[in-house]
Amino acid sequence: MSAFSTLFRRELALAWGRGGGPLLAIGFYAGAVTLLPLSANIDPAHLAAVSVGLSWVCLALASLLSLERLFERDFEDGGLDLLALGPLPLEVTCLVKALAQWLTAGAPLAVAAPVAAIALGAPAAVAPLLFAAAALGGLAFSCLGGTGAALALASRRGGLLIAVIVLPLLVPPVIFGGAAVDAFVAGLPWAPGFAFLAAYAAGALALTPFAMAGACRNAQS
Amino acid sequence: MIESLVIRDVALQRGERLLFRGLSARVSRGEAVALTGANGAGKTSLLRAVAGFIRPAAGDIAFEGPQGPLPADDARRGGCHMVGHQDGLKTGRTARDELMFQVSWLGGTADAALEASRILGLTRLLDLEVRKLSAGQRRRLALARVVAAPRDLWLLDEPMAPLDSAHRALFGELMAEHLARGGLILAAVHDPLPVPSRGVEIAGEGRP
Repeated sequence: MSAFSTLFRRELALAWGRGGGPLLAIGFYAGAVTLLPLSANIDPAHLAAVSVGLSWVCLALASLLSLERLFERDFEDGGLDLLALGPLPLEVTCLVKALAQWLTAGAPLAVAAPVAAIALGAPAAVAPLLFAAAALGGLAFSCLGGTGAALALASRRGGLLIAVIVLPLLVPPVIFGGAAVDAFVAGLPWAPGFAFLAAYAAGALALTPFAMAGACRNAQS
Repeated sequence: MIESLVIRDVALQRGERLLFRGLSARVSRGEAVALTGANGAGKTSLLRAVAGFIRPAAGDIAFEGPQGPLPADDARRGGCHMVGHQDGLKTGRTARDELMFQVSWLGGTADAALEASRILGLTRLLDLEVRKLSAGQRRRLALARVVAAPRDLWLLDEPMAPLDSAHRALFGELMAEHLARGGLILAAVHDPLPVPSRGVEIAGEGRP
């Protein structure tokens, strides 16, 4: 357990400094959700109708930002070798990295998402559900994004490759999460969409550590 | 507890190129083995294969404990240090942060880390960012984790290269102490190791 917390603290510290860390994600997110309505000349009623969807799309894109460095720096400077010789299996190590990424990028974005949606015209009552959905979705984004980042190791233009690998995988949580929150706004049952989102996040959490570790081993050899 | 490292008839391949084949060697408790060979012969690759990062194309690499063979994963995760050209130090963090993380990650205590940094003359450098350290200072920082976290097998890839003569002598003493405690050392070198060692030469196969 002490190795777990040692690694987690280190990953948090690194994530904080990595490419601007949470501030960059928040800044990008705030920029995207404020610029979009300014660039498209739509009236407030229409804007309110797409506010939830807009906040989700920007959420998915913002969470891609700092992924490239998640494994790359450790790979380049030999840190990955050091991590592989540590007491935890590489799968757990990768999971810790993804969780730290979630806590530093996903969680702040989950706080920002309701603010953005309400600013665009969504009802204030949506905030708790949107926060929970964004937090769950962010967990899936971090795990899947980590997989993409590990697969892109040792390749040139890794950032592009990550986007190509990860974006399709981010579609289901965006659909489930957006649908759940939209259903809530419309007064329809929102639980099924939310349950699908939770299942997707749980699946990602359970399966991606193996993919991440496999991809890291492949890059190391 | 690793009693010996056994390399049996190992062949290593990088991409299409066969580096060497039929290499056998044994490192036992209290023994240092110096790997020699031309540039590109496969010294670093062999060290990485022992650490489990590369799978040999043929042959096997085994670890033996007092009660017979050890599971390779356990032996590597609990008993191996690797110091190579890449030291895993993050340039943007302070030497202290990095040393404390690496030592604690590899199973050493904070006190041992401070003691090792004192021995290696790093105490006054600990609050500097790693990027401000010279190559030799960085190497000493990497060696400090080896000294501070007690592990049986040291895999060293040209450990002395960036060190000045005083620190080479110092690290020689540290290696001698490790061997005296029953440690094992496998080092890729061009110059002789400063401790009594057995040489194993890697003869390159089919140079391109």
